[in-house]
Amino acid sequence: MRLSESNNMTKLTIDGQEVEVEAGVSVLQACESIGIEIPRFCYHERLSIAGNCRMCLVEMERAPKPIASCAMPASEGMVITTNSPKVRRMRQSVMEFLLINHPLDCPICDQGGECDLQDQSIGYGFDKSRYTEEKRIVEDKYMGPLIKTSMTRCIQCTRCIRFAREIAGIPDIGTIGRGEHLEIGTYVEKALTSELSGNLVDICPVGALNSAPYSNKARSWEMRNTESIDVMDALGSAIRIDSRGNEILRIQPRLNEDVNEEWISDKTRYACDGLNKRRLDQPYVKRDGKLQPATWPEAFDAIAKQLEGKDGSKIAALAGDQADVESMTALKDLMGSLGSQNMDCRGEGWALDAAQRASYIFNTTIAGIEQADACLLVGTNPRIEAPVLNARIRKRYLMGGFSVAAIGPNVDLTYKHQNLGAGPQSLHEIAEGHGEFAQVLENAERPMLIIGMGAIERGDGAQVLSLARLIAERYGMVVDGWNGFNVLQTAAARVGGLDVGFVPQQGSLGHGGIVAGAANGDIHTVYLLACDDFDSAALENTFVIYQGHHGDRGAHVADVILPGAAYTEKTATYVNTEGRVQLSSRAVFPPGDAREDWTIIRALSDVLGKRLGYDSAPQLRSRMAEINPVFAAYDTVSPAAWGTFGESGNLVDLPFTSNIENFYMTDPISRASQTMAECSDVFVTQTHGGKTGTNG
Amino acid sequence: MNEQNTIVEQPTSFAFTLENMERVKNHIAKYPDGKQASACMPLLDLAQRQHDGWLPRAAMDHVAEVLDMPPIRVYEVATFYTMYNLKPVGRHHVQVCTSLPCWLRGSDEIVKRCNEVTGTEFGKTSNDGQFTMTETECLGACVNAPMMQIGDDFYEDLTPDDVERILNALKNGETIKPGPQNTRHGSEPVGGLTTLTQGAAKGEGS
Ligand code: SF4
Ligand code: FES
Ligand code: FES
Repeated sequence: MRLSESNNMTKLTIDGQEVEVEAGVSVLQACESIGIEIPRFCYHERLSIAGNCRMCLVEMERAPKPIASCAMPASEGMVITTNSPKVRRMRQSVMEFLLINHPLDCPICDQGGECDLQDQSIGYGFDKSRYTEEKRIVEDKYMGPLIKTSMTRCIQCTRCIRFAREIAGIPDIGTIGRGEHLEIGTYVEKALTSELSGNLVDICPVGALNSAPYSNKARSWEMRNTESIDVMDALGSAIRIDSRGNEILRIQPRLNEDVNEEWISDKTRYACDGLNKRRLDQPYVKRDGKLQPATWPEAFDAIAKQLEGKDGSKIAALAGDQADVESMTALKDLMGSLGSQNMDCRGEGWALDAAQRASYIFNTTIAGIEQADACLLVGTNPRIEAPVLNARIRKRYLMGGFSVAAIGPNVDLTYKHQNLGAGPQSLHEIAEGHGEFAQVLENAERPMLIIGMGAIERGDGAQVLSLARLIAERYGMVVDGWNGFNVLQTAAARVGGLDVGFVPQQGSLGHGGIVAGAANGDIHTVYLLACDDFDSAALENTFVIYQGHHGDRGAHVADVILPGAAYTEKTATYVNTEGRVQLSSRAVFPPGDAREDWTIIRALSDVLGKRLGYDSAPQLRSRMAEINPVFAAYDTVSPAAWGTFGESGNLVDLPFTSNIENFYMTDPISRASQTMAECSDVFVTQTHGGKTGTNG
Repeated sequence: MNEQNTIVEQPTSFAFTLENMERVKNHIAKYPDGKQASACMPLLDLAQRQHDGWLPRAAMDHVAEVLDMPPIRVYEVATFYTMYNLKPVGRHHVQVCTSLPCWLRGSDEIVKRCNEVTGTEFGKTSNDGQFTMTETECLGACVNAPMMQIGDDFYEDLTPDDVERILNALKNGETIKPGPQNTRHGSEPVGGLTTLTQGAAKGEGS
């Protein structure tokens, strides 16, 4: 065998073209590298190779039989033919066999129009069937409330089995029976307990596994596709919003190797039915103790009247978990011009230090997890806080040479890990270098630490942060070219809010102070910007302006409601937990009289005689970049400088918990979603013993 | 097949007897550390023998637990091989081969007689609980076709009368010698040797 110049490159000939590829890649990948597309069903680049559908057959010189190109490693000197009449005939035969037992019910199948089997049968299918015998029928299987199965359509590619086993880490699906009788299923009827189960719908190349909530709603070609960003957690996964008219019918993942690869969580995918329910579609003003429909001028007037002649420094603003950066910037500027710096975007996580960017972002980056060799989780359950990020940790785990330990909740993370204890004591031990895992961190070349909001949203959050910083420093987690200190945010708005400085200045009130001030009368007016997840009852006796899109908790205590837009209805900036600045896109218009959020604040500023200095989104975005240069560059992450943060002091001896109790209900949209309610019923209430799904 | 769809009363628990647990350990010891899942098939067989010839779900779950495998991986194995019975079988499990060589040698007659004597048919168990009939593919004894397997034993070179004799004997609690039911020894030619009759053959051409 002749070796090519570089040892890890392999040369082969495909359809007469010389190709050089990295050693170890398959013939199929080698073909792809020069733009030759090989039809396939079972092969998926993120899953192990099964080689069972035979659709990818090609001819190889000197081989007596065709080879499955997905399973054959490219090797030196191979001569491959992919376009001969023989190859074509082989593929046609494979297709014919696949279709023997396929029901050919494309007209009533949701996959129709975006089905690999349908597409490839255009290329390789016959227009007539030679099969006159009976087709087999397979009973449908139950896989939970999100997946609708039509198992007669299954071509047994086993992608779903491999996805469940490898990516989701729930080895519950398998092949039952054999030969003609082989079926895909769970054998024991049960719902798939994975926060990533919706991805099965994408993985299945045919219509066997389809989305249950989207069932029979639309045909793929009738919908408009809008590429956008998710806000259901703090990852900012790339999504595609599919809408018809002004209704969003489904949400699908888009490829973003740096963030979500091609997966999204079930909440990202399925909470979208909550966008059509409980919406605020017109302003409301409280009259005679009751919220009554109003016009925009009436609502603005009510606010102007409230503020007239009152001390501007006694106004406060709170921004919620899904607020966009534009509206937070506008509100911050408006508050400033009214004379108040009482504002907070951090909720209970007031210990987060807006002055030190490295102290509140996921410095390693999500893709960077693959470079780490040891990981300590503190007060987090990434499986429900950020399922897609958890899949990345699992991916790293499967590569081997990676130890994980957790301080905090002892839960199934879908990969093996050691639980070091629930509370601060265990954290102290690591900080002092005691225990086995301290040794692991010591020896690791690129150790990382992930601290969850559950460890920060507590009275001693600043002390926890400080201890975590010391641990990072002690084990060399922060060195040139590597930063292993990570905060796993759970709110899409948080990093953006901190970046734009939606926090109190020295001497003004933060979240806790505002809520207390509202209760005792120190604060006369509170502006809630899509802020629902706190104890809003404390605001009963304060004048509350609620700007948001759902009639959720915040709206219940409001005196004036300004209807805003949900994330699918505005083009707005969000910064994910890594500090990646991203722009969402408007897929549909906000319902009724609701408006894009920053424009509401801009219009209000006019009425209050404090006109903000921007008339368009681009102008507002330059204002953002002026406040913080990170807003000058979208879609990238730049390393943040390391500094000192946190406060030294004693930790309270309370166990660390995740700040999310019910994955399916974390925000106004998912709380309004019927699908999420069902999931919560099946997975949370039933499996975890009687908990109700009301936690935020 | 679709065993999973058949409603069978399932016991709620299963555990290997102490004696079988020893065997389990021996099976596991045959494989390298961490590859204990390789012992799945012998363990399922052991469980089946312990549990009247069939594998309830509890037994599969127990094997999964003992071998630290996800239960579905065990179900896959158990549903793949026809030697594992996923529903109760009679005292005698009669498996008749109907693949081509056996069929050419008259397996249809064998099946017919089996049905008559046992009073049941493929896929079913006789009312007295004595016999379960199963149709099988080639069991690898074609040279002695037609044949059937009862329990662990092969009965070969069958005629319908042989079948009747064997099944009746079993019904009465007697045993019959397994193997060819004619005068044949093993799979030698029926009428005595036809080649190599004069001692060792000489190699040609050398
Ligand atoms: S259900 Fe879909 S993904 Fe699973 S084996 Fe069948 S065709 Fe493949
Ligand atoms: S894609 Fe190669 S065998 Fe299925
Ligand atoms: S065909 Fe019956 S044993 Fe082979």
